[in-house]
Amino acid sequence: MSFIWYCLVALMIAGYVILDGYDIGAGIVHLFVAKGEDERKMVLQSIGPVWDGNEVWLLAGGGTLYFAFPGLYASSFSGFYLPLMVVLWLLMIRGISIEFRNHLDNAAWKPFWDTGFAVSSILLAVFFGAALGNVVRGVPLDQAGDFFLPFWTDFQPGAEPGILDWYTILVGVFALATLTLHGALWVRYRASGDLNIRAARLAKRSWIAVLLLTALTTLASFNIQPQILQNFAKYPVGYIFPALALAGLAGVYLFKDEMKPFLSSCVFIAGMLTSAAFGIFPYVLPSNSDPAKGLTIWNTAPAEYGLRVGLIWWLPGMALAIAYSTYMHRKFSGKVGTGGYGSH
Amino acid sequence: MLRGCADLLWRTMLIVVMDSALLVHRLHFAFTITFHYLFPQLTMGLALLIVVLKTIALKTGDEHYNHAARFWAKIFAINFAMGVVTGIPMEFQFGTNWSRFSRAAGGVIGQTLAMEGVYSFFLESSFLGLFLFGEKSLGRVGHWFAAVAVWAGSWLSGFFIVATDAWMQHPVGYKLGPGGEIQLDSLWGLLLNPWVLWQYPHTMMGALATGSFVMAGIGAFYLLLRRDEKYGRTFVRIGLLGALASSVLLLFPTGDQQGKNVARHQPVTLAATEGLFQTARGAPMAILGQPDTNTGRLDNPLLLPKVLSMITYGRWAAEVKGLNEYPRDLWPDNTPLLFYSFHIMVGLGTIFIAITVLCGLALWRGILYESRPLLWLLTLAMPFPYIANTAGWLTAELGRQPWLIYGLMRTEHGVSPHVSAGNALFTLLGFMGMYTVLGILFLWLVQREIAHGPEAAQ
Repeated sequence: MSFIWYCLVALMIAGYVILDGYDIGAGIVHLFVAKGEDERKMVLQSIGPVWDGNEVWLLAGGGTLYFAFPGLYASSFSGFYLPLMVVLWLLMIRGISIEFRNHLDNAAWKPFWDTGFAVSSILLAVFFGAALGNVVRGVPLDQAGDFFLPFWTDFQPGAEPGILDWYTILVGVFALATLTLHGALWVRYRASGDLNIRAARLAKRSWIAVLLLTALTTLASFNIQPQILQNFAKYPVGYIFPALALAGLAGVYLFKDEMKPFLSSCVFIAGMLTSAAFGIFPYVLPSNSDPAKGLTIWNTAPAEYGLRVGLIWWLPGMALAIAYSTYMHRKFSGKVGTGGYGSH
Repeated sequence: MLRGCADLLWRTMLIVVMDSALLVHRLHFAFTITFHYLFPQLTMGLALLIVVLKTIALKTGDEHYNHAARFWAKIFAINFAMGVVTGIPMEFQFGTNWSRFSRAAGGVIGQTLAMEGVYSFFLESSFLGLFLFGEKSLGRVGHWFAAVAVWAGSWLSGFFIVATDAWMQHPVGYKLGPGGEIQLDSLWGLLLNPWVLWQYPHTMMGALATGSFVMAGIGAFYLLLRRDEKYGRTFVRIGLLGALASSVLLLFPTGDQQGKNVARHQPVTLAATEGLFQTARGAPMAILGQPDTNTGRLDNPLLLPKVLSMITYGRWAAEVKGLNEYPRDLWPDNTPLLFYSFHIMVGLGTIFIAITVLCGLALWRGILYESRPLLWLLTLAMPFPYIANTAGWLTAELGRQPWLIYGLMRTEHGVSPHVSAGNALFTLLGFMGMYTVLGILFLWLVQREIAHGPEAAQ
């Protein structure tokens, strides 16, 4: 039962990163590809009606993690206290920047919120990446399964690491590149004119960066977390996940229309995240020193009844949620215009 | 003088920082949740009123009501954005600041919190997007349906949150595992907690009161200014009816039954909220007073004899147990603030009934729109439902103390062991700074929409 929930939580996280990832990605590329008010407005219109629904995946995923693995929720949220709070502040700035920007039409107001949107998105990508890096590297868990990490110590992933060390920063930069590509592909798919051309150019450049960083991060991860290679050796079926990621990355390059490369980027993100989830299994939060202290899908799960009854309401609930989300994306698909319904 | 003040401030800061991480963690949650709840209470109330406007528009075909709904949708959207961004930290804080509580109880309350995300947030956010961006393409019925879905989503969200709180107030549907961990035993037990059955409608009526008083107050303000008068009359009429209904329902049956729940399951809390130290037959109800926990006495009391016994147990001579019956370590740890919160809530609730009945009579007689004193009254009443809702939640949560989960886990045992007072204060100050800026921006943007008015919103 815990295994099913491990897969479902991984699915929720992948869903969040793919969906809110393109909102964050749009924010990252916002200042670089969109010149002038019309183009900036196009970028914001492309995510306006859907970004909030995408962010709900984080809340629903967090809630799911909470009841399916309360031990992990307690340990990781309190241990990653400082970066999580920063993430919360960034999410606030991002949300307010999107929502408040169009309330006033003047030369100071809009650029101010555009910058807020862009900077918070860039930092969110780096922090989410660094968070993933921390989970893969492992943390100094004590006997009770608790820990607390400062932002940084000596930037080495040694016995007393911080949130930021060279490895987690590398993963953060990798996440930034990945979401830059994702966002550029999204903007290209939804926008027309010069904005479309600039986004296509940025996508092409960031694809190369993603390719290089994929190789680098993968090698570094094998080095930092030996469990990954053991898992692939033990269960070769797991090669399907990195294969998925590679197929996605190739698809971004090979498909010539505008929607398929974006969908390929979704596949790439899903492939990378599931590879990481497969790599650290059965741990959900490994120890960086003593494997016996690591948190696993078993020692963080609650009693069987809660997981069983949870499945009964969770599956239809998420089916509904996916239905709404699909409807919204169909309703607001196609090229965005510069006027009309996008502003409120 | 200045020196003395600075000295006092410094010593207070030192106490906050050094005395205990527990205090900082409690302030952290109290501050962020109090600020957060300023926004959902309006959106939950307003969501229902927007449904009312859209329904009238659909039934009568009168575009005026669609225009009115569009104006309120703008105010709604700003509030909703504030509610969303300040709401995310709430779910996270269970894990970040209260990890031992989360580890022990996450298997239970994680269920309701996850249900909120899965069943209400997706619904609410999707249909709000449709409601705000899709009026032209959805058609009249489709747009009405989107408004209904937003209302349903917001009230469902309220249910799951109140159910979570109700479980902390009155834990049911669980059993203790071999290691003492709290395990979910019955999902229906959790969702149909006798506590939630009254706390939920009481909370929703509180939200409707805020939404209604704001709608009526803005309408009255337009009438006072002699502008947008057609909208002003609509807002006053619909807002006032909502305010009248919610004010009455807040007192009876929801508030009354909620009080009986407290008397039944949290008798110490009942004694503290009423400032009753000595057990008494025919206990009086205190209207005013200052509880002194050192001497065990209510100073300067203004008492209604025997009323407390009557409203609690239905008999004038019934015995009500006073605080002195219970050991000190079971008293709510901030009895005076609890006493004041409760009395502010009840006092304001009573005043709301008086205001809405008075204005309701004037509306019925057809003189309300011309009566400037009553329009002033409605305009100036706007902040008070916010205060009453906040005081109500303070009553509930201070009344739960010293327990985090009533009777199961004391508050000091739920805190994150490794998050120091210094780190928690760092983020508390961060939230305070952030929320000050957000609060100013919010007020400014809302006043702009009000200044533009419903005519300009079209």
